[in-house]
Amino acid sequence: MTMAEGDLAVTEIAFVSGTTIAPRPPPAAMTGAFGWLRENLLSTPFNIALTAMIALLIAWAVPELVKFLLVVAVWSGSDRDACLESVQHREIGACWPFVWERLPYFIYGSYPIPQRWRVDVFFAMLAIGIVWLLWLNAPRRDLGTIYFFVVLPVTSFILLTGWGAIGLQPVDTVLWGGVLVTIVVASVGIVFSLPLGILLALGRRSRMPAVRTLSVIFIEFVRGVPLVTVLFMASVMLPLFVPERLSPDKLVRALVGIAIFASAYMAEVVRAGLQAIPKGQYEGAMAVGLRYWQMMRLIILPQALKVTIPNIVNTYIGLFKDTTLVFIVGIFDLLHTIEVARIDPKWATPVTSTTGYAVAAIFYLVFCYGMSRYARAMEARLARVDRR
Amino acid sequence: MSPRRKAAEGDMSGKLPSPSRPAQVVFYNDPKVRSVVYQLVLCAVVAFLVYGAVRNAADNLARAHIASGFGFWNDTAGFDISQTLIDYSARASTYGRAFWVGLLNTLLVSALGILFATILGFVIGISRLSRNWLLSKVAGGYVETIRNLPLLLQLLFWYNAVLKALPDIRESIVIPGGAFLNNRGLFLPLPIFKSGFGAVEIVLLAGIAGTIAFHIWARKRQARTGQQAPVLWAALVLVVGLPLSAFGLAGIPLGFEFPQAGRFNITGGIEVLPEFVALLFGLSIYTAAFIAEVVRAGILAVSGGQTEAAYSLGLRPGPTLRLIVIPQAMRVIIPPLTSQYLNLTKNSSLAVAIGYPDLVQVFTGTVLNQTGQAVEVVAITMLVYLVISLATSLLMNIYNSRMALRER
Repeated sequence: MTMAEGDLAVTEIAFVSGTTIAPRPPPAAMTGAFGWLRENLLSTPFNIALTAMIALLIAWAVPELVKFLLVVAVWSGSDRDACLESVQHREIGACWPFVWERLPYFIYGSYPIPQRWRVDVFFAMLAIGIVWLLWLNAPRRDLGTIYFFVVLPVTSFILLTGWGAIGLQPVDTVLWGGVLVTIVVASVGIVFSLPLGILLALGRRSRMPAVRTLSVIFIEFVRGVPLVTVLFMASVMLPLFVPERLSPDKLVRALVGIAIFASAYMAEVVRAGLQAIPKGQYEGAMAVGLRYWQMMRLIILPQALKVTIPNIVNTYIGLFKDTTLVFIVGIFDLLHTIEVARIDPKWATPVTSTTGYAVAAIFYLVFCYGMSRYARAMEARLARVDRR
Repeated sequence: MSPRRKAAEGDMSGKLPSPSRPAQVVFYNDPKVRSVVYQLVLCAVVAFLVYGAVRNAADNLARAHIASGFGFWNDTAGFDISQTLIDYSARASTYGRAFWVGLLNTLLVSALGILFATILGFVIGISRLSRNWLLSKVAGGYVETIRNLPLLLQLLFWYNAVLKALPDIRESIVIPGGAFLNNRGLFLPLPIFKSGFGAVEIVLLAGIAGTIAFHIWARKRQARTGQQAPVLWAALVLVVGLPLSAFGLAGIPLGFEFPQAGRFNITGGIEVLPEFVALLFGLSIYTAAFIAEVVRAGILAVSGGQTEAAYSLGLRPGPTLRLIVIPQAMRVIIPPLTSQYLNLTKNSSLAVAIGYPDLVQVFTGTVLNQTGQAVEVVAITMLVYLVISLATSLLMNIYNSRMALRER
């Protein structure tokens, strides 16, 4: 465009509006509930069909589930007769009196009844430790870490197994069961896997060939085999490898297997975090004269662990689900106690199994979903901090 | 002022050491010496532990009068296996044969599980990204629920609460097409190939080879001239049409042996164990939830600019997805997808809980109990899984190095 043309254009303008015209509202069909429906559910014929199909599926499945769990469920009774089909009850849902009667067994296993307060104390101490660690604004979180990783394991061990000298009657681990065992196995996995995993991850990134090779062999070996075989190894091979008088009991063997397995997976998670730390951090730490362990403790690990918290929690979720596998080597975790209770002739009915599994499903769903929400919240928080 | 700092300042004011000769470090502070010592100590500790373990094992085994070595491999097994893909009999077959039966069963359930989990996982992963609100919410609910329930619980549910609760033989559910479903399993018609079916197979193979050749030719021609060839139609004609017409010409050389329902038993046909069905269901449904997340992450990893750029070049949505988005998403999807496949294979060892005769159930279960040779049996089992894992990760590394982005 040349100058002259531009000038001409300006002079020809006769009217310029001094006010902005307010934007018109969108057509009624595109806004509000109707617009939303149209946009998200009914945009194309294919989408309409899909929506209708899923709506039908939900309309069938959800009432069916509610009916089974609540509407036609049996709420009272003392044995299997209450949960059998009869003239009055043509349709039978969940058998809740079975769960109610067996609840102490699901929680404590065969732990002696007068001693069960010790388990309650353990649960309470664990809850305090978890809240202290996970609640980010809690006071003295450094003490909380020591409490969770040092004080808690020692006191719980004494509390649960017993110690004659302070008047706590010893309780054989054979009697432990239910939620108690599930929590113990998961806690041992959680408490041991993080420190061991950090050591293995550092070993894998070490410049010393022997350390690196041994770490790689351990990690890749454990990650390459199923947990079932690690548990089998721990339960049938471990007793062979130690002198006969030191032979560990069944639960300890399973715990060793779980700890080995979890630390190999944790090592890879921590390694990913270590790799995310820029090289300048290492060089800076070395330049101010920090030794290897000082550098790791003060500079590298705090940053590496912070960025991996979501992944660490996800590993813990996997670990929590994997604790059910101790069932296979004969430990009475929650799933095993349910499996035993459901075939007990006193309660065995066509609905007992489903009821028992529903209880287990609710338990695991609550714990795992809770953990995954926490991991996601942490992720969001970290992303916020990064953006600043 | 601390004495240390004073000393440092004194050094500063005094003569600096000549730059050509660095200060001598005491030998125990030399990083090289230290690292050698650390490694020697570590190796010594590991060697000591291994030595102790081996000696204890020898002692313990001798005391329990358990043989060692792999001599048991050729002994007669003497137990039955409910599902055998190769010939096996309790009386004549060896433990070694039982091992192969178990391994093949593991591979069978893993291969089918991978197939179904992939299909289901891709469908759910893509559904989660759908613009249909209901569909994406249902897919999300599926993923969140299934991922947060232990696999063992799901397997027990499918086996004990669903399949074992089916009606018994006399009240079998009849599935149209001649199949039966009851609490003893699924009974399917067995296809019988008559003479002349070989010719159909040959035509099919020739059709596949022809399709590949046509595809290569079409690509070369497109690169040279820009003209496209109807590869899809050619493939349909060659792979489906030709074998079907050969099948018709040969006089339909295929029959079915249908299962016959008796009073107490069902004879004939293929019997699929309920354990197998439960394991396949459980593994596929569980792994599909993880694959769905992998697929979703992969598709989200391709930036929206790629799609917009493709549209601005004039590509339609179909080719955009096929030529632009999916190849880039696959680069992100395939490594975690492989690790899910490995997880599925490893998780198939949970078969032991519901009694499907896989490697762990047959070998680490029954063979271990009968021979008592824990070390050898567990070592062989672990070795099998280790070989599968390492071989897969080797292939994965090769793939990754070939597919890695070549940046200038």
